[in-house]
Amino acid sequence: MIAYIGRRLIQSALILLGVSIITFALLYLLPADPVRQIAGRSATPQTVENIRQQLGLDQPFFVQYWRYLTNLLTGDLGRSYIQRSEVSELIVSRLPASLLLMLGAIFCELAIGLTMGLVAATKRGSATDQTLMLTSFVGVSAPQFVVGLLLLYVFAVRLGWFPIGGYGTWKHLVLPSLTLGVLGAGWYARMMRSSMIDVLRQDYIRTARAKGLRRGTILVRHALPNAILPVVAMIGIDIGIFMGGIVVVESVFGWPGIGQLAWQAIQRVDIPIIMGVTLVSACAIVLGNLLADIVAPFIDPRIKLR
Amino acid sequence: MSAAGQTTASTKPAAEASAPVLEAIGLTISVRGEEGEREVVSDLSFSLARGETLCIAGESGSGKSMTSLAIMGLLPQPAAHLSKGSIRFGNLDLSNLPESQMRRIRGDRIAMIFQEPMTSLNPVLSIGRQIMEAIEVHTPMSRREARRRAIDALKSVRIPDAERRLDNYPHELSGGMRQRVMIAMALALKPDILIADEPTTALDVTVQGEVLELLRDLQRETGTSLILITHDMGVVAEMADRVIIMRNGRMVEEGKAVDIFASPQTDYTRELLAAVPRMRVGAEARQAPEDPQASAGVPAPVATVRGLQVRFDLHGGFFGRVDRRVHAVESVSFSIARDETLSLVGESGCGKSTTAKAIAGLVPYSGDIAIDGRSLHGLSAAERNAVRRDVQMIFQDPYASLDPRMRVGDLVAEPLLIHRIGSREERRNQVASLFERVGLSADQMDRYPHEFSGGQRQRICIARALALKPKLIIADESVSALDVSVQARVLKLLKDLQREFGVAYLFISHDMAVVENISDRVAVMYLGQIVEMGTRDQVFSNPRHPYTRRLIEAVPVPDPKLRRTHFARLDREIPSAVRQVGDPPPLLHLHDAGGGHLVAQ
Repeated sequence: MIAYIGRRLIQSALILLGVSIITFALLYLLPADPVRQIAGRSATPQTVENIRQQLGLDQPFFVQYWRYLTNLLTGDLGRSYIQRSEVSELIVSRLPASLLLMLGAIFCELAIGLTMGLVAATKRGSATDQTLMLTSFVGVSAPQFVVGLLLLYVFAVRLGWFPIGGYGTWKHLVLPSLTLGVLGAGWYARMMRSSMIDVLRQDYIRTARAKGLRRGTILVRHALPNAILPVVAMIGIDIGIFMGGIVVVESVFGWPGIGQLAWQAIQRVDIPIIMGVTLVSACAIVLGNLLADIVAPFIDPRIKLR
Repeated sequence: MSAAGQTTASTKPAAEASAPVLEAIGLTISVRGEEGEREVVSDLSFSLARGETLCIAGESGSGKSMTSLAIMGLLPQPAAHLSKGSIRFGNLDLSNLPESQMRRIRGDRIAMIFQEPMTSLNPVLSIGRQIMEAIEVHTPMSRREARRRAIDALKSVRIPDAERRLDNYPHELSGGMRQRVMIAMALALKPDILIADEPTTALDVTVQGEVLELLRDLQRETGTSLILITHDMGVVAEMADRVIIMRNGRMVEEGKAVDIFASPQTDYTRELLAAVPRMRVGAEARQAPEDPQASAGVPAPVATVRGLQVRFDLHGGFFGRVDRRVHAVESVSFSIARDETLSLVGESGCGKSTTAKAIAGLVPYSGDIAIDGRSLHGLSAAERNAVRRDVQMIFQDPYASLDPRMRVGDLVAEPLLIHRIGSREERRNQVASLFERVGLSADQMDRYPHEFSGGQRQRICIARALALKPKLIIADESVSALDVSVQARVLKLLKDLQREFGVAYLFISHDMAVVENISDRVAVMYLGQIVEMGTRDQVFSNPRHPYTRRLIEAVPVPDPKLRRTHFARLDREIPSAVRQVGDPPPLLHLHDAGGGHLVAQ
């Protein structure tokens, strides 16, 4: 187990190195010039050139990357071009909000998706099943900004149950989490349904019935742990999808997380922030997957970590 | 209901011995399908006495499993339902009992074990948990008490080291062990009736012997009545007091086991008994006609295998290095002549299928394989494939080995197409003649696999294997999934084709009776090595190696008069073929016990 985690962490470090090279290269090739953004429209060519030298952006690609990498290894993510503050501080101050939003979204996904899938599977072919599957289809296909605006309109503007935006109480968390979670909930509902239908057909469910167990016991103790396995593996992948969604959802709800930070940085070609947010996201995805893999053997003893 | 149940249970000894525990009257089960409702069991009536073993025997589709599920109230919903008749259990009618009451009877008063021990236990729960919940759901008790009862249950099915086993998960146990756990679970509450649906079909023959004996012993101790559902007439003869023979949902014959085997009253029962492959016993074996080619000198071998070795690496440790190896096949040598059938027998995991796969080029191996005198050693991939055209395979599962989206004619023509033989028209004609040769008609060529029965599909597989006119056909458990009557016909077809085309067979089977029926020579494998090899008569009439003897002894004889009273138990499981790197298994040396009869020392 420990050897496995050690090996996976080494692999993760290599993945992050790859991500850093690719992102750095893409940003380097970008036609937008960060120096122009910093200097402003009225700056003289001399000023522009000075800033470029100051930031080291006149150096060749490999020199720039090497400097970034060596700084990175000491924990230095660089300074923001525009805000003039440490990128690491910016990210650290905004990360908790984003993590909270993500946890909320995962909770929504699982609570809504798994329940829908479970109910649909046990009532397979009924009107309930069809309604739930249609709902999940809508959830999967609706764009996030539409879902967000719709939820805002209904629950914040018309009903006034939740605040329109901002950050602070659990009430602020509900709508953004729902918006971010709806897509995953749709997927999970469908996965859970098919996985559950498959499990309910298995011989061991028949054995459990032959023992005289109650229906509820059979579902919760015998079917659920078997059906949930593919979903657990998905959660790891989901974190990646969240990272994309967070940029949209945080903008819609004015949520002060790294999604908003990234959005502002992209608009201003603030390369150090974009790099930092990308690396942190990549970290989250890699760790999320590792976590999903570590959890799996606790649900299914047949899975061995090697 | 629980109170009523308790009363019946407590009056158990007082009840008259002749009163039936269970009585089915006019049982009719219908299944809703695409073409409307269809009866799968019609007007079935029988009774079960206390302590009695009733066997319900029949081929697939006879309705025997449906009957058992109906008794348990476990018919697959919503498709199947009990449309007529009643099931009397004491003073209850199970056919219209509400689910909440039925649930209290299941597991407590009527218990059931199923065919597939590998899939009948929940993989994510420890076996202790699974046994304990079966006990706790009917008799409320403390965790500790339940655990003690579970240990007792495991001990009663003779699982060694029961206390420690409780925390094992199903995947850590062998098939035989898992079936014992199922039995322990079913008998933990001492039910009035145990229904066993093909309990040993998926098990190796020696394990089957042990499990059957265990069932018999436990039945004697607890006085449980047993309904045994099986297709195997050998098992029927071994176990039954009374027998019901079923066919297409109807009872064909009913009677005492001794009577049914001695003087069957209906044609179907006679056919069924005649189709059962029997092992010749003692002197009778001698009277079998000698094979004509046995005396015709030694023909040139079609396939020669020398020092075949197949190992699979297992990875572990921090860097995922190879730390253990599965020694699937170790130093196996044999040859097969034209017109000859060599059978590889042994229990699951002994390496017989891996040997076949190596010859067919489906797994990497070391050692030398020569087909029709041409060694595969040092040939390029293309050359090897050309040589391997002479080797074709027929697999076990006729349902899984035919692509459901292709017409069967195209499936049979595919080998010809791959090797670019003949024009479209020629191929079609050849396939038509192959179809007729295996007992199908040419106008069935445009149908899809699902339109055929299991036996017909296996014929299609045989036709496909014959398409390239191979010199060697490897039949890997090719008749194991078939009903006995179908099996007998397919075996006859294989023999006829051999006579006609002179093809050699490498026949792989766990079924000793079938092997005895079809083989010229037999090789017995154990843990990846051959322990005994010789002609059929040498191996079956004069088995020298203890393992061979045990295998032969374990086969149930389809005659209740020859019923065994005791079957020697194996105290330990067959050891594992997984070994540490650098610790290869000791190689066995075969010595000639006379007349080419090779036995490991």
